[in-house]
Amino acid sequence: MIDMLQNIEFAPFILSFKLAGLTTIILFMISLPLSWYLSQTKSKIKPVLEAITALPIVLPPSVLGFYILVVLSQNSPVGSFFEDVFDIKLVFNFTGLVVASCFYSLPFMVQPLQSGFESINKNMLEASYVAGKGKIETIFKVALPNIKPALLTAIIVTFAHTVGEFGVVLMVGGSIPNETKVASVAIYEMVEIMDYTGAHIYSAIMVLISFIVLLSVYIFNHKQKKSFI
Amino acid sequence: MIKININKKLHGSNGNMNLDINLNIKENDFVSLSGESGSGKTTLLRILAGLETSTGTIQIGNEIWQDEKTCLATQKRKIGFVFQDYALFPNMSVEENLLFVKNDKELAKHLLEITQLANLSKRLPNTLSGGQKQRVSLCRALMNKPKLLLMDEPLSALDPTMRTKLQNEILALHKEFGTTTIMVSHDPSEIYRLSNRVIVLDHGQIINDGNAKDVLLKTTGSQKFSFEGELLDIIKVDVVYIAIVSIGQQLVEVVVSSEEVKDLKIGSQVSISTKAFNPTIIH
Repeated sequence: MIDMLQNIEFAPFILSFKLAGLTTIILFMISLPLSWYLSQTKSKIKPVLEAITALPIVLPPSVLGFYILVVLSQNSPVGSFFEDVFDIKLVFNFTGLVVASCFYSLPFMVQPLQSGFESINKNMLEASYVAGKGKIETIFKVALPNIKPALLTAIIVTFAHTVGEFGVVLMVGGSIPNETKVASVAIYEMVEIMDYTGAHIYSAIMVLISFIVLLSVYIFNHKQKKSFI
Repeated sequence: MIKININKKLHGSNGNMNLDINLNIKENDFVSLSGESGSGKTTLLRILAGLETSTGTIQIGNEIWQDEKTCLATQKRKIGFVFQDYALFPNMSVEENLLFVKNDKELAKHLLEITQLANLSKRLPNTLSGGQKQRVSLCRALMNKPKLLLMDEPLSALDPTMRTKLQNEILALHKEFGTTTIMVSHDPSEIYRLSNRVIVLDHGQIINDGNAKDVLLKTTGSQKFSFEGELLDIIKVDVVYIAIVSIGQQLVEVVVSSEEVKDLKIGSQVSISTKAFNPTIIH
């Protein structure tokens, strides 16, 4: 048993967490202005933007993965632009995985933040404007501190969801060890070669980590709600 | 002098209407805005604050807040706004709520002392009572020494005793800071005590404008007291009955005869009036 645990290759887990961490940071920066805009706008394009943002939830990961592959490959204008100008390849490497994950996990960051912003008393934001504060200061000093549960949910769910992705990762990244072979892909491969022991250990670790993360979020949110009553 | 001449089409609960206001307000005035709900009072306040758009001009002294070409952002108008629901920042303590507007510790301390909140300065808003919250909100609105203080039904959510207390504080603060103030209110006694001018709106138009006494005293010249109230109880005392009636926030005893008692039902709306002692004859 100890032998088995010692032989575990942790690289796929480290890769998974590195991918999830980077994706979460990038998505937070993208989603903050987007979700703020969606929460405040009365524009007619709001439903269009909301529908586009929510697409990754309903699309099969293979569809998403296929389109990302098509758009980012060296044969496409976008892919060749990045390769010519920045010398960056966007498919079958870690960079490509990060880009693909950002698309895949976008709704999980935008939706909790948007509903958090929408739940804020509008008068409170207006009180901040009246006090002479601009939008950015209002977002960081008034809005965000008052939607901590939504903020935490957005960050954790995005992180956990990225750790758990499989289809898109496989399509865009393949399974290159230490580059694109994340934990979920590693488990798939173990099952394929009938290494059930390895698959068991990897899967159990995934279940445990996911459970602990979700439990902490719910405990925190429960406490926050109590303290706001 | 504040010159307001604005126009805005509104689609309210009472159908479409045109908010059309042409108004001059003297500096240091305390103006009450009254009128039925949906008459455009709050919208007028929000337009003055720059929170809603309109066409027309707003001029404060030499400063133009709005004309055909420009519309000064809310942030640059130097106003104080007191919301009906307080709108305090729950993540900041009482003191931090004030300092967020302007980092002037002396002024914050002074304001909190006037409003008897000094010992609560480190508390979070959620731990305060309604009256305390509204006082914090009032102090916060005065932190940037506004040229114009706007209050949207500031005391309507409070009980009568707390109202009276806060009215005194508003009066004290207005005396000290001399801020030109516009307050939306429905409460005649509040309007009478606080303001030196009352403007009544109806369907977006000014229908009455004058000092509190002229606008509010509806019985002027009728030589008759008349109050509407609710009959709470009838008590038999010797040969007569005493009816207990609630008028406004006061209980009143009225002597009634056994004949009159027959027609009275406890819980019903009654009208108590005294006929004129000095009848006047009008040709």
